[in-house]
Amino acid sequence: MTSFLGMTKVGWIRLAVIVGAIGLLEVCCRLEFINPRVVIPPSMMALALFNILRSGTMNADMLRTFGSVAVAVSIAVVLGFVLGVAIHAAPRLRRTLDPFFATYYAVPIFIFYPVMVAIFGLSVVPVIMIGVAAGSVAMIIATLNGLDRIPRVLTKVARVHRMNAFDTALRLKLPAAAPYLFTGVKLAVTYGFIAVIASEFILAPAGVGHEIAFAYNDFNNRRMYGLMLLLLLVATCVNMILHTWDQRLARRRGRVAL
Amino acid sequence: MTATRRIADLLILAAAFLAFWYGLNAVVGSTALPGPGPTLSYLANFVGTTRFLESLVSTLTSFAYALLLAYAIGLSLGVWLGAHHLSGAVGEPILVAIYSMPKITLYPVVLLIFGLGISGKVAFGALHGILPVALLSMNAIRNVPPVYLKAARTMNLSRWQVIATVLFPATLPEIVSGLRIGLTTTLLGVVLGEMFASKRGLGFLMINAISTVQPEEMLTVAIVLFTFAASANGLLLWMEHRLHHRV
Amino acid sequence: MNLSDQVHARLAGVTRIFPAMGSQQPVHALGPVDLDLRHGEFFAVVGPSGCGKSTLLEVLAGLQLPTAGAVEFEGRPVHGEVPEGVGVVFQEDASFPWLTVWDNTAFGLHRNGTDESEIKKRVDDALAFMGLRDFARAYPAQLSGGMRQRVCIARTLVLQPRLILLDEPFGALDAQTRLLMGDEVLRLWRSTGSTVLLITHALDEAAMLSDRIGAMSARPGRFMDIVETGWPRERDSKIVSEARFGEITGRLWDNLRGESLKSLGHAGMSVP
Ligand SMILES: Nc1ncnc2c1ncn2[C@@H]1O[C@H](COP(=O)(O)OP(=O)(O)OP(=O)(O)O)[C@@H](O)[C@H]1O
Ligand SMILES: [Mg+2]
Repeated sequence: MTSFLGMTKVGWIRLAVIVGAIGLLEVCCRLEFINPRVVIPPSMMALALFNILRSGTMNADMLRTFGSVAVAVSIAVVLGFVLGVAIHAAPRLRRTLDPFFATYYAVPIFIFYPVMVAIFGLSVVPVIMIGVAAGSVAMIIATLNGLDRIPRVLTKVARVHRMNAFDTALRLKLPAAAPYLFTGVKLAVTYGFIAVIASEFILAPAGVGHEIAFAYNDFNNRRMYGLMLLLLLVATCVNMILHTWDQRLARRRGRVAL
Repeated sequence: MTATRRIADLLILAAAFLAFWYGLNAVVGSTALPGPGPTLSYLANFVGTTRFLESLVSTLTSFAYALLLAYAIGLSLGVWLGAHHLSGAVGEPILVAIYSMPKITLYPVVLLIFGLGISGKVAFGALHGILPVALLSMNAIRNVPPVYLKAARTMNLSRWQVIATVLFPATLPEIVSGLRIGLTTTLLGVVLGEMFASKRGLGFLMINAISTVQPEEMLTVAIVLFTFAASANGLLLWMEHRLHHRV
Repeated sequence: MNLSDQVHARLAGVTRIFPAMGSQQPVHALGPVDLDLRHGEFFAVVGPSGCGKSTLLEVLAGLQLPTAGAVEFEGRPVHGEVPEGVGVVFQEDASFPWLTVWDNTAFGLHRNGTDESEIKKRVDDALAFMGLRDFARAYPAQLSGGMRQRVCIARTLVLQPRLILLDEPFGALDAQTRLLMGDEVLRLWRSTGSTVLLITHALDEAAMLSDRIGAMSARPGRFMDIVETGWPRERDSKIVSEARFGEITGRLWDNLRGESLKSLGHAGMSVP
């Protein structure tokens, strides 16, 4: 493939498409094809975000929100993995739970946020609990999927090398299932993020989600768009990092990243 | 024999779930989480009321429109990106990025653009549904083994015959998976739209129940939504199984 | 007594029946089979598809328990565990996609605590031997099916097993490469002095490589005939042009033709 300045042709086209889309939005807003009270130009969003970051007024909220996401996703990944392994070992339980898993994400789990608040008060705990609830099922599903796809010949290889159960799990089964587990992690991040932000919209006392809702009700469009840009940038960056990493592993193993 | 055992398993699971619910209710109290008894009797009364029925109709209508949009746009996008190599290579990472974006942050934009009417929640629902449909149908087309197309060429089929007799059946199972996942995410999108950008529908009932502290009503609506999603999903899952196991 | 007359591994009255599962009837896959593998011999097993060859290999390796009968390796009973000194190359691709060719090959050595310099030497040797030197840093996904199978052979070789069990290792190779790989296996067998049991569906391969060939019947697999080839230890693929070679393959095919038809479901057909 031809490449220029370290980026492939496809990469340049993609960049052009993205820049073009943003540019088009900018032009439409500036020429008032789009009502500036509805959508502000991207450059103003960026400026607003820059001012917010420089003023430092959002630091505490950002820490709260992104910290909650990080904690929730970590717990969800570990918990989902452990539950996935346990459910995999009990095929009957699994068959019963399967339809439940398949529908789990159709109902927004964060509607239970008020229940959590009633139990834990208005701290970060309820937000984290909702994030865990949202992320862990994706991880359970991914774990089950990964364990299903461990080739049976690997257990035979393990026995030829006279490996114990722990070593077999750590050195053969885990790496064999790793791509699927990684998909689970990516989904847990996505769902955890959505759940935390949505909980903050509903009635959290602080956090970036709360601030967006507040800015909206306050008709403070600039602040609202600045904060939205912040969330989108952070989420996209995290996802892109995970995606690139996944693709690198996937290419090595001759598989398309999911 | 196995059927009765499966039903027994389901009953055991339901009993365990109810026991858990009772336990949680006993620990946190009825204002936080009402028990199964009061919730279910509330449900029995509530599903007959016009308020519920109007909301249900409103949600189903928006859902139908949103699903239609999501399927139409998602499939066209998926077929285009799957069939045209360069577009696929350029577009896929962009789609993946948008797919994993928390689109819920965009609700104020939807509100500002569409106001509180039905179009806002339809747009929000379609926004959630398009991407999984597009991504899965794109992969379905890419994964068609080239040997199928070669075999079709040796049989002198026209372009449309190839599409109708080879490409379509070969991609159908995966496309149906995409449609199924798209269905759940579209429903989620519609409900989110109703919660934050609407004054009607089950989502609105739910957010209203939350802010006026009526946990029975919130749970009732959640149960209805879950049941609806589970049945629709089950139907498509059944179709998917049949398609995967045909030979 | 000469070492080559000693029994290295023994199957005595070995039968394997897979128990019934759900509505599935129990499957009598193998036996009863009696077999003495002599120290340092090259034994090939041929037989129709599904006749229980892989099952035989797994029972011998200790990966499956026989339903009846006994298995012995170096005088000790084999019972549900793979004994030290036995190496197995499976019919399926068992290379680890997450490790490079080099790390795949070193896998077993890292596990049994061999020191680094020795590991490096043995792995480099094995990769050179299997013609994979240029691919040491590649991942299995970048290799062809036959090359991946060679990685698995290399991974087994570095452990210097005394009994090597190979389950159709060249299934993915073309006929010519297969003959050349056969030469490599002969070279390997001579240089290591290990006992080799090779499962194959290619009669010519069996006839060329082995000291003895066991022809198995359709399922449940039993040995119908055991052919002594009488080849000298120093031999290579050139023997395919000898008259004896034709005799051996002819005799094997006479035995197997009817069985192969049976396993295809034509049991009632008359077989000339
Ligand atoms: N785990 C199992 N459960 C039930 N039946 C099995 C199992 N494994 C193998 N069998 C049956 O045992 C028989 C022998 O299988 P085996 O794999 O040993 O055949 P094979 O001779 O190696 O065939 P091939 O040449 O195709 O590799 C087959 O009929 C197969 O269906
Ligand atoms: Mg076999």
